[in-house]
Amino acid sequence: MSQRETIIEVKDLVKKFGSFTANDRLTFDVYRGEIFGFLGANGAGKTTAMKILSGLSRPTSGKVMVAGIDVSHHPEKVKRKIGYMSQFFSLYNDMTVKENFRFYGGIYGLSAKKIRERTQFYLDKLDMKSYENMLLKNIPLGWKQKLAFSLANIHNPDIIFLDEPTGGVDPITRRQFWELIYEAADQGTTVFVTTHYMDEAEYCERVSIMSEGQIKALGKPKALKEQFGAATMNDVFLKIARNVE
Amino acid sequence: MWAFIKKEFLHIFRDPRTMVILFGLPLAQVLLFGFAITNDINNAHIAILDHSKDVVTREITRKLLSSHYFLLNRYLKSDADIKPAFRKGEVKEVLVFERDFARKLQKEGVAKVQILLDATEPNTANILDAYTRGIINTYVLQRMKQSAAIPISIGVQNKMLYNPQLKSVYMFVPGVITVLLMLVSAMMTSISITREKELGTMEALLASPVKPGHIIIGKVVPYVVLSFINLISILLLSVFVFGMPIQGSIGLLLAESLLFLTMALALGILISTVSKTQQQAMLLSMFALMLPTILLSGFIFPVENMPVVLQYLSDIMPSRWFIIILKNIMLKGVGITYFWKETLIIFSMALLFIGLSIKKFSVRLEE
Repeated sequence: MSQRETIIEVKDLVKKFGSFTANDRLTFDVYRGEIFGFLGANGAGKTTAMKILSGLSRPTSGKVMVAGIDVSHHPEKVKRKIGYMSQFFSLYNDMTVKENFRFYGGIYGLSAKKIRERTQFYLDKLDMKSYENMLLKNIPLGWKQKLAFSLANIHNPDIIFLDEPTGGVDPITRRQFWELIYEAADQGTTVFVTTHYMDEAEYCERVSIMSEGQIKALGKPKALKEQFGAATMNDVFLKIARNVE
Repeated sequence: MWAFIKKEFLHIFRDPRTMVILFGLPLAQVLLFGFAITNDINNAHIAILDHSKDVVTREITRKLLSSHYFLLNRYLKSDADIKPAFRKGEVKEVLVFERDFARKLQKEGVAKVQILLDATEPNTANILDAYTRGIINTYVLQRMKQSAAIPISIGVQNKMLYNPQLKSVYMFVPGVITVLLMLVSAMMTSISITREKELGTMEALLASPVKPGHIIIGKVVPYVVLSFINLISILLLSVFVFGMPIQGSIGLLLAESLLFLTMALALGILISTVSKTQQQAMLLSMFALMLPTILLSGFIFPVENMPVVLQYLSDIMPSRWFIIILKNIMLKGVGITYFWKETLIIFSMALLFIGLSIKKFSVRLEE
């Protein structure tokens, strides 16, 4: 395990908004092909950290390397290597499935041929061939979610960032969604996911739990449960949250 | 980039509301302003109370009615009939000739006619008053000349330059063009950018390798194209339906419009950077742009008649200067040398807004 390639390297990351410290000396590594759960209560600083990692925001200080690129100096280069799926799915409801693929393929600079290939690939995989010309607003939420994941993957990124990707869907759909995540990880894509669902935390290879801008715990779910003497990740989370209060 | 522009067109064409605002509104506005909302008065209903009923009063009445301004509603019988006639709203004006009108005019040289007007619409009342006086005065002058009783006379000749028939369409078209370019460009762009923010798609766009500048350009280009189509359709309508002239260079007209359009788009982007939701963007554009554009730009109310404070306010309205430019090109047919100052003002405003919105946009990225 120790020889695994590090794909995200964060050292002493600090982000301040005026006098408020959103991220306080974060330090962690993520390995290639790993599913890394990034947990924390609302306002713990998850979103801020994720925005910095994906090149949307600049760190106040500290070192952040993503896919071998220094984010604070070359955010644009980083953006080519990553995919990003937000909790809003970032799909256009007034466009068809195919048009959404074409658009996202276009903004990631894929050729028309490549876009067609990838679109076919995902439509086959998701068994959505008959829906390709349907407007997105007529498609159920669970499928939209899978589409959003595929779109974030369209350019074969090294890392894919998922910001609370499973909000508002039923457990079965969530389970199916995680199948997609596993599949991507098996193919070597690193998955960096934030979530509120602690059962999902159990699916991750390693998780970090943030609170008040700091990482309070980091490790494999099993190890964390032992460390905190808890039966489930939910209890681990609650224990950390209580310690803070 | 191309993918972007194509996508934006898809948004526009798939949303019926957007289509109505983009294409229905301009046409409706031009037709409304051209046909319905007009200051020209034709066929105002009047009543006449003639106590005299002699040659002179009949002659004056005939002259009034043969102008196309007045239409005789009826003759009144007594003073008591006047009030009910106004109350019922049947007439806009009542003309009262005094008793023995012709005799008094002959003997004493003075005869009185009273003009009563419905001033619930002050402008109309003023105009009717002026028309009536004009017609009566002309009559008196003619009569004097016939009797050669007048020792000297001054012949006043007037000529209305640039708009000889005093058509109000000439005044409205430049205003409507201005309002529409402003509406379509500023409001539609600010709404379409905030919509992406609301949907969360803006985040995905910013996380992609597309440069923020390109995102903005991709958003703006379709609206430039559509605004231009709009502009041309308004011009065609006003030329072929309302007979509005374009005396000056069409190329210059389009170039100035492009400049104004750029300014409005920059303003729209600026609005989108300060508003979080579509409603907010819509309200901001409505109150910050539309109302001042209509009320303070000199489109409807002459700037010279405004209180000083409002005149200063009007100075910072880009639309005010654009209307001047449009009128100069379309009606006077003069070249850039006559309105380089106005052009410069709009140009600097455009630069200012572009600068501000770039700054705002990058600040937002930093957060």
